[in-house]
Amino acid sequence: MKTLNVSISPHIRTTRTTQTVMLDVIIALSPTMIFGFVYFGWRALLVTSISVASCVLTEFVYEKLMKLPVTVSDLSAVVTGLILALSLYSTAPWWIPVIGGVFAILIVKMLFGGIGQNFMNPALTARCFLVLAFSGIMTTYPGVGGVDAVSAATPLQLVRDGGYVSYAQMFIGNHPGSIGETSAAAILLGMAYLLIRRVITIKVPLSVVVSTVAFVALFTAVKGEPITLNYLTVHVLGGGLLAAAVFMATDYTTTPVTFWGQIIFGVCVGLFTAVIRCFGGMYEGISFAIILANLLTPLIEKWTYPKPFGVRRGVKK
Amino acid sequence: MLKPVERLYNGIIKENPTFVLMLGMCPTLAVTTSAINGLGMGLSTCAVLMMSNLIISLLRKFIPDRVRMPAYIVIVASFVTIVDLLMQAYVRPLYHSLGLFIPLIVVNCIILGRAEAYASKNPPVASFFDGLGMGLGFTVALTLIGSFRELLGKGSVFGFDIMPEGFVPATIMIMAPGAFFVLAGLTALQNKLKIGKSKTEPPEKFCSGNCASCMDSSCSIGKKEDEEK
Repeated sequence: MKTLNVSISPHIRTTRTTQTVMLDVIIALSPTMIFGFVYFGWRALLVTSISVASCVLTEFVYEKLMKLPVTVSDLSAVVTGLILALSLYSTAPWWIPVIGGVFAILIVKMLFGGIGQNFMNPALTARCFLVLAFSGIMTTYPGVGGVDAVSAATPLQLVRDGGYVSYAQMFIGNHPGSIGETSAAAILLGMAYLLIRRVITIKVPLSVVVSTVAFVALFTAVKGEPITLNYLTVHVLGGGLLAAAVFMATDYTTTPVTFWGQIIFGVCVGLFTAVIRCFGGMYEGISFAIILANLLTPLIEKWTYPKPFGVRRGVKK
Repeated sequence: MLKPVERLYNGIIKENPTFVLMLGMCPTLAVTTSAINGLGMGLSTCAVLMMSNLIISLLRKFIPDRVRMPAYIVIVASFVTIVDLLMQAYVRPLYHSLGLFIPLIVVNCIILGRAEAYASKNPPVASFFDGLGMGLGFTVALTLIGSFRELLGKGSVFGFDIMPEGFVPATIMIMAPGAFFVLAGLTALQNKLKIGKSKTEPPEKFCSGNCASCMDSSCSIGKKEDEEK
């Protein structure tokens, strides 16, 4: 029987699996994570471990209880946990990543059918849930050195009040913020790895960053406030924009697959972010912008559905 | 079972307007920010529902079929106005926290639904108890949702703090998303309890997936495909 194997196409298969893609993402996240651990101290490591453990355990327990095949080994829950931790502050109490992890996996991912079925990015939705639920804790920024430091303003807050942040500081990342958002250099390193491994394309991150800058400049001009280069740079490097654009807006499940769809998606994220940052009460806004754009994904894909070769418009069989 | 008792059981458990019929979602989601609001909304709807069901049932032979909707609305609106004014007079804090949702009971789909589906076809006593059962079912549901939201969002139930010292309330539970979370959770829970009670084994099929050579004419998979063709 082995000599004659009749099967349905495809006959050529890639070695790439969900597991290898997720492993690539974990490798790409590691520079950012290591920077976070070094800069924010052991508490950042603790928050990250709890978040990952919470996500993986939730997925395992749910699948065991529901008698489903256990998919923990595809590493997607680990990535969700890492991304969730990336967007938290290292001073968060231990139960914040626990609740976040359970919410991300149980409510956003598993209840909608598991990996590939969720309509919003689980980690970001969990972050938004936590921000709305525990806004006091989620908006307390840690200073340098961990738990005992005084809370300080992030670059986005500083420039909103007319301050100045040095470019080197933003690039290296030694300023207050979430565990994984501060260091632009580490994030760009991760992005380069993902691009070389072709896990992501440049379309979404680039269109998010460019459109955010464009809309922020436009809205600031509309409001009649001065636009400086430093102000625009802070919007890109000083907050969570870069990390979110690289690691969160590129999620396969919740992002359009078509060429123009991805660009429209990126522009939507940029527009929403700029609206929230310029007119909203929050300093940050990228996480809400991305989950809002996630909801538009099916519509965007419908608009940009490619025309099959040889089919004329308006002619039906 | 006695008719009134059967109606009460039907309204509270079997066809609970919130968890089973999924009617009246607007007040369910909007006013259940605390247990007392849920209870107040539920009881005022219950009062309107009982009286409107009774009157509509009494008038069911006089109301012409063509104009029954306006006629029902007039009856319901009269009772809502009575409840509205009574609440304004005697329970002002509750009246203010429920606000617009008291006049909106007029267009509550439980009330019109029961008028159309039950009271217009059944005798007055049964209709009255149908209204009472449905109203109590709605009250129980709203109070439960309100209690859970208040417990998680403020750490209290009916205004009494019952959570331990270190509890940090999750504000989102008394915001709009919290209503959806709690409603979905409770609906899932009651489905689980009900389905678990009347559990019947699904018929087992030994299907190899090879429909072309399958001779089983009772198989629904093949039939569906044929119909689509």
